[in-house]
This record gives sequence, C-alpha cells and structure tokens, in this order.
Amino acid sequence: MPVDFPRPEPVQIVKQRRDATLNALVGRVPYIRTLGIVFERRGDELTAILPFSEKLIGNPMLPALHGGVTAGFLEVAAVIELTWSIIWDDVEAGRVTPEDLADPEAIRMPKTVDFTIDYLRSGLPRDSYARARVNRMGRRYASVHVEGWQDNRDRLFAQATGHFVMQAPRRKG
Amino acid sequence: MSDSSLENARALIAALPYAHALGLVLTDFGEGWAEMEMPYSADLAGDPATGVMHGGTVSALLDTTCGAAVMSHPDTGPTTATLDLRIDYMRPAVPGQTIRARADCVRVTRSIAFVRATTRDERDDPIAMATGAFTS
Repeated sequence: MPVDFPRPEPVQIVKQRRDATLNALVGRVPYIRTLGIVFERRGDELTAILPFSEKLIGNPMLPALHGGVTAGFLEVAAVIELTWSIIWDDVEAGRVTPEDLADPEAIRMPKTVDFTIDYLRSGLPRDSYARARVNRMGRRYASVHVEGWQDNRDRLFAQATGHFVMQAPRRKG
Repeated sequence: MSDSSLENARALIAALPYAHALGLVLTDFGEGWAEMEMPYSADLAGDPATGVMHGGTVSALLDTTCGAAVMSHPDTGPTTATLDLRIDYMRPAVPGQTIRARADCVRVTRSIAFVRATTRDERDDPIAMATGAFTS
C-alpha cells in the first residue's frame, strides 16, 4: 500500500515568492532606486549590484567612484542582508508576503548605529558587487560585515562593518 | 576665505558628478577645515516610513567635507583619497531640512590626514559624526 507523502511546493512557486518579497523589500527604498542598486538571490544568499553610472564619479581625474557612493552601496547591502535574515523564516512559512511589505510601517528596517568603511582600492568606473554577512544578531543589536568588489572577487575595493539597532516588529492585526 | 578662492573651490566641488547629483554646496573653508550643505531630497530617502534621507547620503556629505578640509590644509597635496571612515549616526535628520557639515583636520602628517566631522540639521542638533584617515 503506497504511503502519501506531502508533496513539496513546486520550485517555481517557492522562487516566485522569495523574489517577489525581495523585490518588494528593495523597491520601497527611494535611495536604492535612485542609485540603481539591484539584488541577485541564490537560495537565501544575496548579492548587491551597483551598475556603473557617470553620476557616481567622485574623482573625475582618475576617474573613481565617490567614497560616499561606496559607503552608501555597502550600507544598503548590509541593511538589506540583515532585514532579509530577519524575515527569511517568516517568508518561507508564508507569514510575510510581498503585500505586507507594501505598507512601509509593516516591517521596519534596522537602524544604522555606526558604519566603518575600509577603502582598499579606488572604485573603478565599473559595476560593483557586495555581499554581507550577519556576524551577530541579537534581540536588540546586530553586527554586519560587508565586502565590495568589482572585476575580481579576491580583490576587494572596500569592506565595512556596521552595527544596527533592531526595530520592534509591527505586524498587522 | 576670499570670495574668489571660495568661488574656485565651489567650482571644483561642483565638477564632481556625485557631489553635483546630491546638490552638495561648499559654504566656507579655511586652512584645514571646510563647511558644506546638502539639501533634502525625497528621491534619496532611506526609510520609506519616515522619508529620512539614507545614511549613504550623509556618508557622502561627510566624506566630501572631510576631503575638502584635507585639500584646504597648507601641508597637503592637491588631491586626497579616503583610507577609512567611521560614521556614527546619532539621530535621524528631520525630513525636509538641509543638512550642514563641518570637518576639521585634527593632525596632518606627511602621509596621513586625521579628520573629524559632524553634521547638523536646521535644529542645530548633531545628526552624525565621522572620524576618518585620508591620504595627505
């Protein structure tokens, strides 16, 4: 007599839910849209991508990306990674949906307390990539490290560490 | 600073595409210090719930003001690059208000300039402060 196992969700449904939630999370921040930052996802791993644009130049002689662009890009990568880590279990369980994120009050992003950027090389006029790692996430504080690179993953052009205050969850209902 | 050197320095900052995109304006500078302003822009908000400008814009303002302070120091070369920058975000800026920054070179050696900077909004309350090491 064959036993009926519960069938796992079809993979495209799982992917669609994760991507729609990520897009809703990222899409509601005006600064991210203005800079043109996008995110790629593999499972729960995120890569932030900053496509090069002339307006991001800080030193026209070299030319090089503005240090403030690098700082902002790495901070975005860190905050989105941290928020993504916070909501991941709820996204998987269907407790957080893309529609929930349409309400900007629903899931507040952690607030940056401090952010320290280590400028290792000048940012070339190329696309930039960043991946963040949550080193510690407590109830109130989190510490996140982020690495930024351009053409070569092993040659970082900047890295940063930031501390964040977690926001009290404000769920609907 | 004389009007003509402030005009020249303003033109230099305005020629930086990202400083131009953020609307950064050099308001004054002297030997080893600089003051700049950044207008509010809803397009650069970081928190959709409050409209507060993203920390990245404050980082850019602080970085640029620190760089201007280094370049205005008599013992440094014509250009500078940021080696490291720590930003402390003490409170959110009021949405709609211009943010002002002041940076001072604390010590300049043959290779490094140590710089501190703070930003305030129109309430004159500190928003963020920065500590940085720059090439001199």
